[in-house]
Amino acid sequence: MSTEAAATNTDHEHPTDAKYVQIAILLAVITAAEVSTYFVDIGPVLIPALMVMMVVKFFYVAAWFMHLRFDSVLFTRFFVTGLILATAVYCIVLTVFEFWTGG
Amino acid sequence: MSSEAHAVHDTTTGISNNKLLMWAFLGSECLLFGGLISAYLVNRSRFHTGPAPGDIFDIPFTSVSSFVLLMSSLTMVLALSAIQRGDVRNNRIWLLATALLGSLFIGGQVYEFTTFLREGLGYTTSPFSSAFFTLTGFHGVHVSVGIVMLMSLVISSYRGTLTKKNSETVEIVGLYWHFVDVVWIFIFTVIYLVPSPTS
Repeated sequence: MSTEAAATNTDHEHPTDAKYVQIAILLAVITAAEVSTYFVDIGPVLIPALMVMMVVKFFYVAAWFMHLRFDSVLFTRFFVTGLILATAVYCIVLTVFEFWTGG
Repeated sequence: MSSEAHAVHDTTTGISNNKLLMWAFLGSECLLFGGLISAYLVNRSRFHTGPAPGDIFDIPFTSVSSFVLLMSSLTMVLALSAIQRGDVRNNRIWLLATALLGSLFIGGQVYEFTTFLREGLGYTTSPFSSAFFTLTGFHGVHVSVGIVMLMSLVISSYRGTLTKKNSETVEIVGLYWHFVDVVWIFIFTVIYLVPSPTS
């Protein structure tokens, strides 16, 4: 990546403190919704709903608090590569225990 | 707002090498926790005669711990915002608040582990217990390391060596702290909230 390209990606301003508080309130509301599923039976949509809420929280922390939304795209690539490899590890482990265990 | 939030660095990429290294480290940490979470998911039904996860988890208590850790991410980002404005005093307050919230989380984890031990769930009780304690224990160690880093920043601040000029140090510690929070977001949902097997 050239210095000019990196500059385009990194020379910016951060959000205000009020914006960070707004994000934190949103995260708290999502967490409350997650926890409510323990007390209220929502049937077969439970696991998909939990996964969606988890991903949304993950996205907001990574994008806003870790500044991936504003920083160089190179940082995002490093992080996403780690996430993809971690998912691959999970899939391989499950495959091993499901199909390759003798008996 | 901080207009000097991300200055162009004199490196071949134009971005900070220290930050790049931290992101590479966090990428590798994804693999560590990916492995540990996989091991837990594979073993969560193997509790033999010991307590089952569905019988032993205290969801309301863990929910409060999770909320505490989530809010520590807010105080961390406010600490960074303060130092980028050159506000050393508020930076120190928010760093201390983050360390305090992290300590509360660790205190909760120690309480949880002690309760589990009292209820007969030891590290070697079953494959489930080994996987659970290894995963959450590793996460707890990461939070503890984060608290040590935060307190080092507070000490630097009192010594007058933590200023707007080296705000990147706070940013890098912040990245580590937010990562620890992000991992817990995953652990809390997958390990605690997704219905677990009962005996």
